[in-house]
Amino acid sequence: MQIFLPIADLPVNMFLILAMGMAVGFVSGMFGVGGGFLMTPLLIFVGISPAVAVASVSSHIAASSLTGALSYWRRRAIDPALAFVLLSGGVVGTALGVALFTLLRSLGQLDLTIAVSYVALLSTVGGLMLWEGIGALRHARRGLPPKLRRSGSHGWIHGLPLKMRFKRSKMYLSVIPVIAIGLLIGFVGAVMGIGGAFLLIPMMIYILRVPTSTTIGTAQVLTLATMTMATLLHAVTNHQVDAVLALILMIGGVTGAQFGARAGQRIRGEQLRLLLGLLILSVGIRFAVELVIQPQELFTIREIGTTP
Amino acid sequence: MRLRLAIALVAAGIGVALAAAPARAERLIVSVSNHRVTITPNYAGEELVLFGSVERDGDAFAPPSAYDLVVTVSGPPDDFVTRRKERAFGIWVNADSRQFLQVPSYLAIFANRPFDAITSPELQRSLKIGLDHIVLTQRVGTDYADVVASDPFRRAFIRLRTEHGLYRQNTAAVTFLTPTLFRTTIPLPAEVPVGDYDIDIKLLSRGAFVASTSTRFEVVKIGFEQFVANAARQRALFYGLTIVAMALTTGWLASVVFRRD
Repeated sequence: MQIFLPIADLPVNMFLILAMGMAVGFVSGMFGVGGGFLMTPLLIFVGISPAVAVASVSSHIAASSLTGALSYWRRRAIDPALAFVLLSGGVVGTALGVALFTLLRSLGQLDLTIAVSYVALLSTVGGLMLWEGIGALRHARRGLPPKLRRSGSHGWIHGLPLKMRFKRSKMYLSVIPVIAIGLLIGFVGAVMGIGGAFLLIPMMIYILRVPTSTTIGTAQVLTLATMTMATLLHAVTNHQVDAVLALILMIGGVTGAQFGARAGQRIRGEQLRLLLGLLILSVGIRFAVELVIQPQELFTIREIGTTP
Repeated sequence: MRLRLAIALVAAGIGVALAAAPARAERLIVSVSNHRVTITPNYAGEELVLFGSVERDGDAFAPPSAYDLVVTVSGPPDDFVTRRKERAFGIWVNADSRQFLQVPSYLAIFANRPFDAITSPELQRSLKIGLDHIVLTQRVGTDYADVVASDPFRRAFIRLRTEHGLYRQNTAAVTFLTPTLFRTTIPLPAEVPVGDYDIDIKLLSRGAFVASTSTRFEVVKIGFEQFVANAARQRALFYGLTIVAMALTTGWLASVVFRRD
């Protein structure tokens, strides 16, 4: 069924978008990530402009992260203090990200920036996850017990000043790296139209050494807040959020996520990470190929609005 | 006296004939099938029909078969920027760009036979017949000018608009049903720009311009589409808050509906 998108200004097949929302929702539920890094490229692929795609996907991620955050809240798997400190960085990062997005859009370099960021970020993170996943699998095959995280070890991060106690995570940690990570995730998320959970979760675990029990829930809270804010800022500054598109994506996304979460529980952790790494890497490679190969059409047109 | 009168009459006759000659006795009467195209949720393109007839007063001397018609439909003017990708550091990036100012967002030029058969290249240019002769003002630095038809940016602009069905040219689209009755269809693509459209119809005969007329129609978003598009632009904060509320409601509903613990 064709439906006309009022902001994207083009008709799309409603069931196609709904199916895409469900598929991405399935993946996001399975791996515990927002799925923006899959959704935005898919929307661009069906002909929606990158600006509308990035802006509308923010609201889709806000919806699915609220669902996630609520269920973690019930299980008391969220550290409110940690979430709050992350957020204070995240809010500033998001505002900076939307400002850069607006600037790049007027310079005509937005599409390139989105593509280059995807290549750099997804290839790196995907590659690292894949590497780590393969290592863990080989380790397990040799019959060795899984490597334990040295929870007591103190890196340079733990020597920084302005320490604060995070009760639920049982940590005593400087707020500087926490705010910095929040800032980075908010910034990257607003520019690229991703929640950034696939970046945030490894950072929290490996850099901040947050216990796994509170990591995902707290990450969901940050994603929820930054994406809510990104939606609002994109709506106010760029007028590029498409309500109809966003609603279809949300409905598909939250439904798919439930089935994904159930499927995810049947797969072992290492395999899950390996699969996610492979997925992230392949999206990154796809963007890289597009940048390097000579495009069939060298010219692009964009409407810049009537000058008075 | 009689001779004088005769001379005077002849002179007057010549005067009248001279005065009447440029304004030949043809008039165009046209009508478009729909003056208001509405974009509804299931809009996926539409076709309008333009009908018209050539009205001749009494003994107009052009044989009926000698008429040619050029129909130009132009959509609301808008500003565009065309960018060209170039290879830099191994990747393809937008490098050069040109701004097109106040050019038609939709343009369709239809005729009953090839333009070269209708009239001379000079007249094609002065009457702006064909995509090659339409004025597309570019801003180059601080100058405003239209460039030659072979300019790569201009050609790319027309090609890309044509690929989206927004610019089109067809020299077989106007059909004469009778020697004086004609019709053509105006296809509007799914991505049609909203606004006022002008239809300009030029009648030519044996390579010379005879008469012209114009009519118009409008493309409007109505109901929900219009409401959303207006809200997003004019009440952006309210619109953004609504989207956020929608997202949070959907997320909350899902957690209630699918609750397992």
